[in-house]
Amino acid sequence: MSEWTFIALLLVTAFIFPAIPIVAGTLLGPRKPNEMKNSTYECGVETVGDTWVQFKVQYYIFALVFLVFDIELIFLYPWAVAYNQLPLFGIVAGVVFIITLAEALVYAWRKGALEWL
Amino acid sequence: MDIPTLESLNLLAVLPAIILAAYTGLLLVVDLFIPNENKQRTALLAILGLGATGVALGVQINQYSAIGDQMAFGGLVIVDGYALFLQGIFLLSAILGILMAMNYLPRRGIERGEYYSLILFTTVGSMFMALANDLMVVFVALELLSIPLYVLSAFIRDDPGSEEAGMKYFLLGAFSSAFFVYGVALIYGGTGTTSLDGVAAVLAGEALNLPLALVGMGLLLVGLGFKVAAFPFHMWTPDVYQGAPTAATGFMSVGAKVAGFAALIRVLVTAFPGAAQAWGLLVIAIAILTMILGNVTAISQSNAKRMLAYSSIAHAGYILVALSAAQFPELAQEASSAALFYMLTYTITNLGAFAVVMAIEKDDGSGVEIEDFAGLAKSRPAVALMMLIFMLSLTGLPVSAGMVGKFFVFGVAINAASQSVWLAIVAIVGVLTSVVSAFYYMRIVYMMYMRDGDEEAEYPAIKPALGTALAVTGIGTLVLGFLPTLLFDAAQRALIAGL
Repeated sequence: MSEWTFIALLLVTAFIFPAIPIVAGTLLGPRKPNEMKNSTYECGVETVGDTWVQFKVQYYIFALVFLVFDIELIFLYPWAVAYNQLPLFGIVAGVVFIITLAEALVYAWRKGALEWL
Repeated sequence: MDIPTLESLNLLAVLPAIILAAYTGLLLVVDLFIPNENKQRTALLAILGLGATGVALGVQINQYSAIGDQMAFGGLVIVDGYALFLQGIFLLSAILGILMAMNYLPRRGIERGEYYSLILFTTVGSMFMALANDLMVVFVALELLSIPLYVLSAFIRDDPGSEEAGMKYFLLGAFSSAFFVYGVALIYGGTGTTSLDGVAAVLAGEALNLPLALVGMGLLLVGLGFKVAAFPFHMWTPDVYQGAPTAATGFMSVGAKVAGFAALIRVLVTAFPGAAQAWGLLVIAIAILTMILGNVTAISQSNAKRMLAYSSIAHAGYILVALSAAQFPELAQEASSAALFYMLTYTITNLGAFAVVMAIEKDDGSGVEIEDFAGLAKSRPAVALMMLIFMLSLTGLPVSAGMVGKFFVFGVAINAASQSVWLAIVAIVGVLTSVVSAFYYMRIVYMMYMRDGDEEAEYPAIKPALGTALAVTGIGTLVLGFLPTLLFDAAQRALIAGL
């Protein structure tokens, strides 16, 4: 059961750890509220207009296409680092992976996903 | 961890699946350069790819008696008779599914090349479901199988019914996949492995001391129960089957169900013989409830697609009857071959029934009420005769594939009855609910032959592709009915070295 004790300890610590600065801040910090401080924090800039606006669906498609490169990068980086220790299979697997992703890109490109309308 | 070499992977053993996967990827790109008005070419190319895969599979089946079982990917994948037989079923259903769609999609104005690529992707997933020898492979195959099906159900983009079907199928399918993964995680937690043989080895003799693995097994049953549409995880079936384009409904009513059973039977029989008593009772309970619910609810349906959806739930129950007999090790082989044979008969017959529905469906998707079958025997005698054959087969009446399938499935349950009275009960419920099913299947026959329909009713022309699909399924249903031993022997041989 000793492994579980560590997990339980970790859980307790995880709750206490963020609680300490919050409580300490409330107890120790000076309190001088003004209008600016009480406003909702939104990246420093106040919201202009209604937030319920429709976004162009193309943002979504672009984000999806971006995933092609994102995933490619994440997997190819360790692959490239270990490249000179890989057997033939490692190379083949990497190439198949790149071809699969490239195919997705070709598909999206040809379907016009990269045209901004 | 050692990095495998190309030789140790034994890629040749899974050549058919690899050919199809590569071909599918190629087809997706080739389709981009085929003009929109020529998408029938994509369909023909897809059939060509399936044919090539079939040839590779045929060579493998031919060599099987000499080579025997093979492992690939370091034991993640097993190529045995069971997998070879099922891969044949998947290729057959994919070819028939594309033939039916070739006729149907242009009429509904939804012919886009992706449809055919997606069917191929699903087929690759199904093939790996049959090949899988590791829970992780089952999961990846399950996703590869399901995701294209979600898209296929929502393929009529501007039709709310189709959108609803896709959305419901996606949400519940994702939910069931989550159950499945959680089950795999718990099994790994309990046994320290995801390999089916490994799990069986750990569980042998002390299954009841590993509650974590048992709970995991239950969750796998839930996840795969969704895929095969067994009670109480069948809720999505009627809505999805009714809303999806009929060509997709027909395809997924066999493809997804058979693939789900492929994994379910393999996982329970290979990995959990140590817990057979536990899953045996669960499967019996699910089988009884599934058969009763599917058959009784189908009676009150007025839409043919919805009726066939409930009927497909009922048929999942019959296959579960065979699976419930597999809990006894000495019967596992006989039970699995009965299930395999039943899945083959079900695939051919059910695809045929959906092909008939497509043959009378109007271009706007209406005209699939059971009332619409009235007078079909006069206006379209050949189609009505086909439907008669399929309905007889689904009911399980003599001289049809369905009768033989049910004979084997209930037979193995009766054989097992000496071991547990529950097997006798499940067989009796199966026979009784089959009688109930005659009521709704024969209603369509009654409509076609006894009632006069609208004289002016216009049916769409049957093009060669759909005609071929109808002919193949109709003849197949009859041949399996007359010469059952032909393929049952094959199903049995498929398992000698298998499970």
